[in-house]
Amino acid sequence: MSSLPYARSVAQPAQPAPRRAQAALLDALFARGVKLLMVVLLVVGLALPLIAMLGKVVEVQNGLAGVWQFVSSSRFLWLLGNSVKVSLSTVALVVPLAYVFAYAMQRSWIPGKRLLRSISLLPLMAPSMLSAIALIYLFGNQGMLKSWFPDGIYGFSGILLGQAFYNFPMALMILVSALGLADARLYDASVSMGANHWKTFVNVTWPGTRYAVFAASCLVFTQTITNFGIPVVIGGDYQVLAMEAYKSVVGQQKFSEGALIGSILLVPALISFAVDAWMRRLRGSQVSSQAATYVAPRNRVRDTVLLLAAGAIALALLSLVLVAVGASLINFWPYDLSFSLRHYDFETSGGVGWLAYRNSLTLAGLTALIGTPIIFTCAYLMEKTRGGWFDGLLRLLCMLPMAVPGLVMGLGYVFFFNHPGNPLGGMYGGIALMVLCCVMRFLTPAQMTATTALRQLNDEIEAASLSLKVPLATTYWRVTVPICLPALLEVFRYLFVSSMTSVSALIFLYSPDTVLAAVAVLNLDDSGNVGAAAALASLILLTSALVSVALYLISRGLLVHTQHWRSARV
Amino acid sequence: MTKAWKTLAATVLSFGVISTVMADTELTVYTAMENEQLAGYKKAFEAKYPDIEIKWVRDSTGIITAKLLAEKDNPRADVIWGLYASSVALMGKEGMLEAYAPAGLDKIDAKFRDTRTPPLWVGNGVEATAICVNAAEAKKQNLPIPTSWEDLTKPVYQGKIVMPNPASSGTGYSAVNAWLQIMGEEKGWAFMDKLHANIGQYTHSGSKPCTQAAMGEYPIGISLDFRAVTLKRQGAPLEIVLPTEGLGLDINSVALIKGSKNLEAAKKLEDFAVSEQAFLLYQPNAAALARPEFNVKLAEMPEAYYDRLITVDFDKAGAQRAAVLEKWRARYDGKSEKK
Repeated sequence: MSSLPYARSVAQPAQPAPRRAQAALLDALFARGVKLLMVVLLVVGLALPLIAMLGKVVEVQNGLAGVWQFVSSSRFLWLLGNSVKVSLSTVALVVPLAYVFAYAMQRSWIPGKRLLRSISLLPLMAPSMLSAIALIYLFGNQGMLKSWFPDGIYGFSGILLGQAFYNFPMALMILVSALGLADARLYDASVSMGANHWKTFVNVTWPGTRYAVFAASCLVFTQTITNFGIPVVIGGDYQVLAMEAYKSVVGQQKFSEGALIGSILLVPALISFAVDAWMRRLRGSQVSSQAATYVAPRNRVRDTVLLLAAGAIALALLSLVLVAVGASLINFWPYDLSFSLRHYDFETSGGVGWLAYRNSLTLAGLTALIGTPIIFTCAYLMEKTRGGWFDGLLRLLCMLPMAVPGLVMGLGYVFFFNHPGNPLGGMYGGIALMVLCCVMRFLTPAQMTATTALRQLNDEIEAASLSLKVPLATTYWRVTVPICLPALLEVFRYLFVSSMTSVSALIFLYSPDTVLAAVAVLNLDDSGNVGAAAALASLILLTSALVSVALYLISRGLLVHTQHWRSARV
Repeated sequence: MTKAWKTLAATVLSFGVISTVMADTELTVYTAMENEQLAGYKKAFEAKYPDIEIKWVRDSTGIITAKLLAEKDNPRADVIWGLYASSVALMGKEGMLEAYAPAGLDKIDAKFRDTRTPPLWVGNGVEATAICVNAAEAKKQNLPIPTSWEDLTKPVYQGKIVMPNPASSGTGYSAVNAWLQIMGEEKGWAFMDKLHANIGQYTHSGSKPCTQAAMGEYPIGISLDFRAVTLKRQGAPLEIVLPTEGLGLDINSVALIKGSKNLEAAKKLEDFAVSEQAFLLYQPNAAALARPEFNVKLAEMPEAYYDRLITVDFDKAGAQRAAVLEKWRARYDGKSEKK
């Protein structure tokens, strides 16, 4: 009699032990495996090409002295000042607007949210040439609203508006996802303690979203400072560092100088990385597993103000797009304003239009299909598992892509993958390399969106599943992915539309069979076919919009299933 | 979803498989010629050599030049066909070109080929630095039509002129180089000082000034001539001015890449590029050709074209480029007062 309970108490832990070990092993395999895959991708697709490019810095005339001479020259400091000024101005313009817009989306009862949100995504779907064309048609020397900018659009204001248009959706993406998750209990507490609207915002909303505001600011700043496409087209005499890199590489084939400027432009991203690491220690309020979804109460005054603000922003974005689409339907602007579809006949303007269009679709589809699971899973593992220095390395590598000017990255790919000794040389000119390049280029914003969503989930979910001995992969698949489905879809859409419109790095990578639509837009504009450029850009925009709608329809069913918890109060 | 997976699988598979070759030889040709022109050249060449297929890599001059130089250690191009001599000369300096005397070389005007024997590059067509004037805007803004470079320095044109920044664009440097050659060092810089006061914007693309003139953004653009011809054909109210002092120029050239695995096919292409058949194809696309007997007057182009072309020493222009650019940038590039 007495032996039985004894035997059982021994047998009891003995039986699950292998299973637990097995689960732990699986967890480790899952966590380490995905992280390792990501590191390999980042090393091959980012670090090594970057090193190959930065290796060119040593070819700067007079070595270190030459570098110092360049960096301390008054010209460089002037360019740096211009770059910082226009980038900070863009942050100051974009982030508050995006915050208000995101707030209107997530914390109000305004009508037409879906429409507003869709409009806000349009800039992402258009090649940057589209906004440049629109700005010139609107505010250029022949522009319809020329009087708005008496000093002309070319210069600081042109760059600022172009960058603001382009960066708005990216900042918004992060902020919407941050404002989307909030713990209703905190708001209830705040209200029951008699706090007014403003106090609640300062004490509850702001601490919960300040990380996202910081992340969005860093993103906008680094994207602006490294982008050369907008300044080259609409910058006039206002010169910035990224444009200097363009001049060195494309104008004078001085790769060493381009590489030097490229490496200087990495600095802001490294600073953001340091601050990010510091902020992670200050991690503020999160959504705990007992969180109830916060639904803002109705408030007519607040909603009216938010509707007006969001409506005005959406109208501004929409009008730029409509002007560009209009431009594609005009015979010869500004001298023959009759309606014409001739710009859509890509056969006469070179015939690469349709091939390029198909290639772009393939590239965008593959980038989104391959990139989304890798980026999202890796972001999850970086948040929920600890890997010591390895995580630090991964985090740093994930911050880098947004800091590398596309031109520098593209040349790095040429130097690295086209090196005679590189066993991966066969990928050169193929679509696989272009997919890799796109995943790398757009990694940072995608990863930030994923991280922002994941950071608001409390670790208790993992703790609970651990105590239930559920493998991490199962928890991820059955709990986290469904909860984060909106953010996951956002990442997918972002990767797709960005790859459709990307030019700067890919311009060096395509081969005769893999020409791309966005590159064709650039070339059409350059060869004076502004109408055809606007037409192809509009076509890209339309495609991305349709794909987004399709994605939305497909996902709606899934969302109804998985997002019940959001609306149901506990 | 299944379709997407199929595409994915197909693409993954295609990485490993060397693309199925229809012709025996695939010739990779790097070019900056207009897309519209490429199809005709390809068709004619492939009809003559059915076993060779042309694969174009086409982009703007700056990008193609940067790509060629970046690929220097492991060249992907077999031939360059239709890239400006100022760029091709850079490849020559880097030792990337295979010297070759194509059949019919003796008929090429000596001004429009590399001076070495055998030459590193041979010209097809010539493009001159000209002035694009928007006649409609000039009338509206009461601007006289200029006839010479010197005219452009008159105060009436203040803020009305655009030209390519020579630090960003080969066309821009081509213009600066021509001024220094025509006017001499001292007068050339004095001219540019005065011109600078009238410049509304320095663009980063060689063809943009003419495009901007066509759209009326700025009434006057300094650019290569053929873009003006194209834009006029599209309906732009442009007038092409060939300044009386002389025209700087660049030459669309053909050259072989050293180390090409398809050298024999590449040579056939260069032979073709300077053949009578090719020159007949070039006719509508250039006002002056490297074989002058094929020159026909383009309806869009004023008379007195060929006589005004100067002779450019591309090796010399390349050698002094860095010094000229440094001086140019110190004077005009940046920190410019808002006009």
